[in-house]
Amino acid sequence: MRFGVLQFPGSCDEVDALHAARRVGDAELIWHGERDLRGADAIIVPGGFSYGDYLRAGAIARFAPAMESVIDFAREGGLVLGICNGFQVLCEARLLPGALLPNVNLRFTSRQVELEVLYSGGSFTAACALGERLSIPAKHAWGRYYAEPRTLEAMDRSGQLLLRYAPGENFNGSVHDIAGVCNERGNVFGLMPHPEHAVDELVGGSADGLKIFESMRLAVEGARA
Amino acid sequence: MPENATLPTLEDALALGLTRGEYELVCEKQGGPPNLLELAMYSLLWSEHCAYKHSKKLLRTLPTDGPSVVMGPGENAGAVDVGGGLVCAFKVESHNHPSAVEPFQGAATGVGGILRDIFAIGARPIAVLDSLRFGEPHGGPGTRTRYLLDGAVAGIGHYGNSIGVPTVGGEVYFEGPYEHNCLVNAMALGLAPRERLMRSAAAGPGNVLVLFGASTGRDGIGGASVLASAELGDDGDGGEDKRPTVQVGDPFEEKKLLECSLELLERSLIVSLQDLGAAGLTSSAAEMASKGDVGIDIDVATVPLREPGMEPFEVMVSESQERMLCVVEPASVAAVLELCEKWEVGGAAIGTVTDSRRMRVLRDGELVGEMPVRALVDECPLYDLQPAKPAQPVYRRPVGTLAADAGVREALLALLASPNIASRRPLFERYDAIVQSRTVRRPEQADAAVLALEDGSALAVSIDCNGRRVAADPYRGTIEAVLECAANLACVGAEPLGTTNNLNFGNPEKGHIAWQLSESVRGLGEACRALQAPIVGGNVSLYNEGATGPIYPTPVIGMVGRLPDARAAGRLGFARAGEQVALVGPFEPSLAAGELDKLRGEPLPDGLRELDIDAVRAAHVAIRDAVRAGALSSAHDIAEGGLAVALAECCLAGSVGAEVDVGTVDVGALDVGEGGPGDDLAGLFGEGPGGFVVGGSAEALRELGPRVPVRVIGTVGGDALTIVRRPSGAPEITISLDELAEVHNGLAEMFS
Repeated sequence: MRFGVLQFPGSCDEVDALHAARRVGDAELIWHGERDLRGADAIIVPGGFSYGDYLRAGAIARFAPAMESVIDFAREGGLVLGICNGFQVLCEARLLPGALLPNVNLRFTSRQVELEVLYSGGSFTAACALGERLSIPAKHAWGRYYAEPRTLEAMDRSGQLLLRYAPGENFNGSVHDIAGVCNERGNVFGLMPHPEHAVDELVGGSADGLKIFESMRLAVEGARA
Repeated sequence: MPENATLPTLEDALALGLTRGEYELVCEKQGGPPNLLELAMYSLLWSEHCAYKHSKKLLRTLPTDGPSVVMGPGENAGAVDVGGGLVCAFKVESHNHPSAVEPFQGAATGVGGILRDIFAIGARPIAVLDSLRFGEPHGGPGTRTRYLLDGAVAGIGHYGNSIGVPTVGGEVYFEGPYEHNCLVNAMALGLAPRERLMRSAAAGPGNVLVLFGASTGRDGIGGASVLASAELGDDGDGGEDKRPTVQVGDPFEEKKLLECSLELLERSLIVSLQDLGAAGLTSSAAEMASKGDVGIDIDVATVPLREPGMEPFEVMVSESQERMLCVVEPASVAAVLELCEKWEVGGAAIGTVTDSRRMRVLRDGELVGEMPVRALVDECPLYDLQPAKPAQPVYRRPVGTLAADAGVREALLALLASPNIASRRPLFERYDAIVQSRTVRRPEQADAAVLALEDGSALAVSIDCNGRRVAADPYRGTIEAVLECAANLACVGAEPLGTTNNLNFGNPEKGHIAWQLSESVRGLGEACRALQAPIVGGNVSLYNEGATGPIYPTPVIGMVGRLPDARAAGRLGFARAGEQVALVGPFEPSLAAGELDKLRGEPLPDGLRELDIDAVRAAHVAIRDAVRAGALSSAHDIAEGGLAVALAECCLAGSVGAEVDVGTVDVGALDVGEGGPGDDLAGLFGEGPGGFVVGGSAEALRELGPRVPVRVIGTVGGDALTIVRRPSGAPEITISLDELAEVHNGLAEMFS
């Protein structure tokens, strides 16, 4: 199992994602200017402020040469995980429905949040139990998930709403408390909280985030078997 | 010297901040009157900010050497050995006046500047802490204090969050004397392999100077002399006319600059490296030349500019952010520029190292200024302070907000809600404290931030200074600030390795400020010597006064320590119901200069109580050892608001109550509370060094006993804090955790 972690100028959490992925498999960084994904089984688009995020979070990064390859990779069914800024990039790239808007408090906010697992199975949450709570840090200024009501209904019907903020935890104002969504095919997943910062009790406050990476490993190895 | 149509006059020199005597000395060094470029460069390098001309003699008295010190003062940052072949670089620096003028950019570029200091010596920044001072926040939204606080916090977050360096701790105080002169000090830590540490001395005549990073514009021209080395006038608009001298920060540019610099070092492509901060190219180039005992030629026509038509002096003094200067062997220049291209930062060869020991500025090959490096960097006159202890109080009595006869319950709730004690959550929630996956203890989990290292050990860091106590007694107040940092480290199990400091004071040309400064530095030296926590670097910020007077003297102390096992790092919150609560240490609380006295509108006392540094240090060692051994479930240093506030904080952090009997707490013979000797409020709310609230098993506390005074005062449990005072028969006080939490959240409304 081999992860590729994209690195843009302005990425901040790429090394954290790299180390988290290495807990379940091999992982290496992929420079934004490269088109070769070097045979990765799964791609992580990490958190940070790609290209400074001065225009709109993720708006520039989606045009990076590496992202063009990631878009092709996703269309072929490859697993793609977008965390925080990576989620924003995947929405900008139209690999995921919806958009991330400024938090309702209009401030960067950093908090350990409780998430509820809405779907147990598939490529990203198979290692979680339905209704299980995950304690994972979130830290962002643009994390309010929004999609049109019709889109949301369709997503709900096809099981694309994977994680939501537990009651009282939705500080950014996301619609329906949505914290993480996948595409219809189920191979592209984005979330605002940072599972890569919750893989080690010592520094993460919990190790619940590991379940996301573990699920991805199960999906890749299951597909091979 | 090159010809100039009109040479600047003495009046021009005075306007640039030089004195008449200094101007005459410049003329002597130059062999005639300087031209505009030369005068501008002298005025910056001979400013207080660059030359430390009122503080250098005092700073020489500080201890700077110790077994862990790898790099002492004089480089961009100091560094201590942390084992495993690694060093920790750290430093604190101020950006006070820019923040008073434009808080967002002032604070943001303060963070940017201190981060560059860290990676300039080859260390990857791993943490930021900040130390902030504002006026009283009362008076509703839209007041100046709220504008400054909101802007500064947003600026720090903007820069630190975007560049991927966690903000792991800090402190903030609100006091009247900072109303017109807020303080924004930022501290950064970095890690480097010991052999990669880089110095800034230019070397090797014939080598090439490469400027890389952002292009150079007209922003921040004259910041060092105009902003940093003069009092802020009371022009009613908070320094509106000075706004163009504040620089604008771009954390994305700095992120690229950081990665580019570290890769240049990793690939051994450069000979030396220096960041561009105050006084821009002028100070960076001149200081590199001075340290290497060489000369430097710079051609300003080769400097990439943001706008056309900039004069040579503007290019040389611009404080445009996110720039670095390095010395490169000619054969490596192409590789250096190629790496700049990879990281999408600008890079240009702008000059050469010479053996002339002169700083020469050219434009398209034509000489436009020339100065001896020694004169420019090292021969600014140093001044002796004329300290005079003030006969009258310097500071106004605070406005009382709590009745003198308020009872224990009312006083405790008022203290927990007061801006200096209330939860800092609304501030630190705006910072990313966890990026880089090293943060073992986040804010409000422990007295010091704890950062894991790869070998399983950890660094601990704390920043502190209670300016009100320093104002009451600059010597003992400064010792207390150092002890406070060391106590914070002890509570997580860490031993001090080194110290940095930022001396924020008023105008040193005034006798009473000179007295504060010299007394404070005397205390600083004594405390750091006693704790074996030498000073490895720091900064001085003088002239912090407005029309209403000077700030409280504020020697901000930053201390870095190490603990062998990150997993054993201490916590401050009570952990387990049924465990005992003890007051530990040679604690002799007094209300004088404390938070309760402030709320009651009491004036500052003239002097603080005597203290025994060795006894306090022994308590630190005992606590540290017990935390490392895992014997204590919680440890918290008693600070503002005394024992009662510390107990409440332990309950809140652990989400569990406690019942304590403080009737037996001895307040010492010297109690100076309002009620005179025997005023039992001193035992509950009195302050002083050397006290800790710890939680643990009866056995663990018994074992601690022989090493340090231990008084078991109660038990952890329940969902309220209950304070009884047997045998006095005073009424029992019970406050639920919910009520404690609600009042403790007093700062939240300032961010709503």
